[in-house]
Amino acid sequence: MNKVRVRVLWFSATLVLSLFLMLIPMPGLLAPFKPYWPALVLLYWCLQSGDRVSLGMAFCLGIAADLFDGMLLGEQALRLTAMVFIALRFRSRLRFFPMWQQSLAVLGLLVNDRILLLLVRVFGGDPLPPPEFWISPLVGAALWPFVFLILDDLRARLRIHDA
Amino acid sequence: MALNRDDKSPLFSPAVAGTLRLIVYLALACVIMVMDHRSGWLANVRYGLSLVVEPIYRVAGLPSQGFHAATVAFADRQALTEANQRLREDLLLANAKLNRMASVAEQNQRLKELLDTQHSLSLNVQLARLVGVDLGVYRHRIVLNVGSRDKVQPGQVVIDARGVMGQIVEVMPTTSVAMLITDPNHAIPVTIERTGLRTIAYGSRAGDMLTLPNIPVAADVQVGDKLVTSGLGGRFPPGFPVGEIRDVAQTPSGTFLSAQARPAADLDRSEDVLLLHDLAEPAGPPPPAPNAGPPASLAPDLNAPPPPTLPSVTAPSATPTPTRAASSGTQP
Repeated sequence: MNKVRVRVLWFSATLVLSLFLMLIPMPGLLAPFKPYWPALVLLYWCLQSGDRVSLGMAFCLGIAADLFDGMLLGEQALRLTAMVFIALRFRSRLRFFPMWQQSLAVLGLLVNDRILLLLVRVFGGDPLPPPEFWISPLVGAALWPFVFLILDDLRARLRIHDA
Repeated sequence: MALNRDDKSPLFSPAVAGTLRLIVYLALACVIMVMDHRSGWLANVRYGLSLVVEPIYRVAGLPSQGFHAATVAFADRQALTEANQRLREDLLLANAKLNRMASVAEQNQRLKELLDTQHSLSLNVQLARLVGVDLGVYRHRIVLNVGSRDKVQPGQVVIDARGVMGQIVEVMPTTSVAMLITDPNHAIPVTIERTGLRTIAYGSRAGDMLTLPNIPVAADVQVGDKLVTSGLGGRFPPGFPVGEIRDVAQTPSGTFLSAQARPAADLDRSEDVLLLHDLAEPAGPPPPAPNAGPPASLAPDLNAPPPPTLPSVTAPSATPTPTRAASSGTQP
């Protein structure tokens, strides 16, 4: 019972932390390099324990992110749902990839996410973003091994093992 | 497929149910987005949920606040002394200018009173601090620590010591969101100070510049020209510095000149900003003069029956011919 509670707490704490990381500003020049944290954390949980992450949960996390970040309610919900769907679909293969291939897969997912974002914004009537728009997926993919290892290590230290 | 149906993570998950759910969620997200885009009720929802959102903004703003505090704490004495000295000099200069301006302002006030305009030179402002929260890259928005409890309203103008920063677009109980003038969706009516040419400065998609895409080809615009608000449109009061022109070129079609300008305000460095309380005088013609003439009580009652001299029209809903006959009968 206690263990289950710790597990759920740890799970939700990482997601809330990812929302905070999304809100915390980067100093001036580094701003375009900020990775899309909620997506990275959600991907980790998709690969680590796929039965806990569902499309509905991704949708809710996206709505919450929209409330904080928000230009358009539902924008991030759409992006995260699509990403989680793809990740869950290929979960069994992604898990057995070596780390560099996993990073490439994450890069693909993040670029796909940016394309979705671009579509939504262009349909909403915004102008096309500058080229720095495409840096963030690269940074996210480069950070992926560290995110994965740190979260995995913390999970092991907290002795939260599950199926 | 059937073999690993009860397996926890099959190599290919049962596709149809998942896809269906995906479609439902995507459709839901699209519906929400379209409704929000059309009617903008995200602001209302967020106002309702501000009890949750605002503390999170405050907590998320802590790191940048801490960073700022650490910069001050670890700055060496030399730098602080220099900064202090510079500020003193600035203050001295500003005071000297103010003293010189005081008599001019007084004269201006008298002349304005003579002209019976209500425009005043004094500023009615409110101080606000930035909350260090990132609302997404390429979203030129800032969060301020004042809200509807401090009587902030959407549309109020945000300035700093050097010029116009933007305007309030969204108000929550204790925080508010301002759109910067560099936002691609923002436009501000400006005049070029040297020539008095009126035009509009838009935010640019490339970040921290302003674009003036439609200046007439024959217009006299030079690099270094200062832009000030023109006061047209009724949102920004006239006379505040907006930016300085950095680059002038012909548009590809050749019908207009297009200029790039650097905002005068320190858009990414200001910590404290000012909110203007008085909005500009509304644009458009003055309100119509109050009705002169006899009081309304003397006006003939419109609902009263017509005087008996007129031939009465028996059936008002009848065919138009008898009506015309009746009206021609009244003319003599």
